[in-house]
Formats: sequence, structure tokens, C-alpha cells
Amino acid sequence: MSIIGGLNKDFESRVRLGLMSVLMVNDWIDFTEMKNLLKVTDGNLASHSSALEKKEFIEIKKEFIAKKPKTSYRITIKGRKAFQQHLDALEKMMRG
Amino acid sequence: MNKKVTADLAHIKEMMERSSRFISLSGLSGIGAGIVGLFTGIIAIYIIGDNEIVVEGSQMANSSSTMVQSIVGLGVLAMLMAIFVACVFTIRKSKKLGLKIWTSTTKRVLIQLTIPLLAGGIFLLVLLQHSLYGLIAGTTLVFYGLALINVEKYTFSELKYLGILEIFLGVLALFWIENGLIFWTIGFGVLHIIYGVILYKKHQ
Repeated sequence: MSIIGGLNKDFESRVRLGLMSVLMVNDWIDFTEMKNLLKVTDGNLASHSSALEKKEFIEIKKEFIAKKPKTSYRITIKGRKAFQQHLDALEKMMRG
Repeated sequence: MNKKVTADLAHIKEMMERSSRFISLSGLSGIGAGIVGLFTGIIAIYIIGDNEIVVEGSQMANSSSTMVQSIVGLGVLAMLMAIFVACVFTIRKSKKLGLKIWTSTTKRVLIQLTIPLLAGGIFLLVLLQHSLYGLIAGTTLVFYGLALINVEKYTFSELKYLGILEIFLGVLALFWIENGLIFWTIGFGVLHIIYGVILYKKHQ
């Protein structure tokens, strides 16, 4: 079980927490912008984002624009729900 | 444990703000633009002097067309200077915060600012064409205020109150055309400086 007291283990890492936070308040965000916002390396972002995709918390879109590959991220409904629960749990712990 | 919770929540809040709001806007930008506005207003009042600005263009003598030209030139120059000052301080602040300047948030802010300002600019050209000089001061204030309200959701929400005050002053300037430039100077000069100081104290 990855949920303890409402806290979701999937969001424990700083990078994933940041990635989900960004996607909560934005629509599609591309790889470069996400990398700059989170201040992480390419590999780090790629591994965390694919882990979140596997859990179906985010959607990853890969396309070619002017022959250059472009990767973008968006939160899924499932991801939004899970992250909101995580956020509620954090706030509850903060108050309690 | 509690420390981690606090840090996590702070991180979430920071990432949400960084990614969706244009937080590089510097209070110094407001102060700088305000000083430009203040001097521009005072110079304009001095240039116009005792000449009465009236809505009906035909009452303006031919000799005053150079006056109109210098006022328009002054206005354009002031606008360019204010934009330059605002950009310098904003770029400086975003460097300080370690943020990229050209992001999708910046683009959104610029587009949302440009739409009302462009509409206002075209409207001003129409006023000039019909020699309705008296309406210019109020019109610039109203459209500028609308642009601020339009962009408020992508940056500091205090911008909304500045926008409302600018529109209010603009409406006053349209009703009391003879005092239009005084309202203009308060709106673009004094209000910018006050707002800049508040923003600087709060967010710097």
C-alpha cells in the first residue's frame, strides 16, 4: 500500500512534488520549460515523469515540431485527484 | 516529520506560483515608470499652459498644431521610456530570482496586456484624426486600467486595484476635460510610484 494517512508515496520526491504542482495549475507544459522550473537534469526529469506516467498520474505527449522532437506533460484526472488528496493530507498534518 | 510537511507545502506553493504567475514584476519598475509619468505630465501641463484644450477641435487655432505635435511626441517618448525602465528592472529581478524571462507565462502576460492597449491605441488615433484632443488623457487612463485588470490573474493580484483606480481617474478626466492632464499625471505618475513602493515592500 503506497498511501499512509492520506500521504502518497509516489509524490514523496521533491521532483515529483514539483512536477505535479506545476501541472496542477497549467495545461500542457513542455520538457524544457519543466526542466527550467524544477531545475533538474534531463535524465532526472525523464525518469520521474515516466514513473508518474506509469501510475497514470500524468500524460506524456511526444510530437515533432519543425523536425525537432518535443515532449509535453499534462496532468490526468486520476493524477489531479491523487495529488489533491496528498495536498489535503499534508495540510491536515500541518494543522494537527 | 513536521518540518518535511512544511517544506513540502512551501515547495508546492512556490512551484505553482513560479509556473503560473509572472512574479518578476519589480516594484522598482512601477516607481521608475511613475517618475517618467510624473515628469511627462508636468511638462505637458507646462507646454499647454494657458491654451484651453477643448473637445471641439475646430476651436483650436492653426498655430497650436505644433503644440499638439509636441504633446503627441512627448507622449510617445514617455511611453517608450516607461516601457524601457519597467523592462530593465523586471529583467533584473527575474535574474535575481533565477527565473527564465521568456516563458509561456511571460507570453501570456504580454498578450493579455497588448489586446486592450492596442485597442486603446487605435482609439487614440481616431481621436487625433477628429482633433478630439481633450479626450486623450482620460482615454489612455481607461484603456491602461483595463489592460491591468486583464493581466492581473497572471501576476500579482494587487495590479487589479491599480487598474480600477486608473479607470476611475480616467473617467474623471473625461468628465472634467479641463483638468484631464492633472488626472493623467496622478494616474501615470503618483499612482505608479505609490504602487511600486507597496509592491517593492511586499515582494522584494
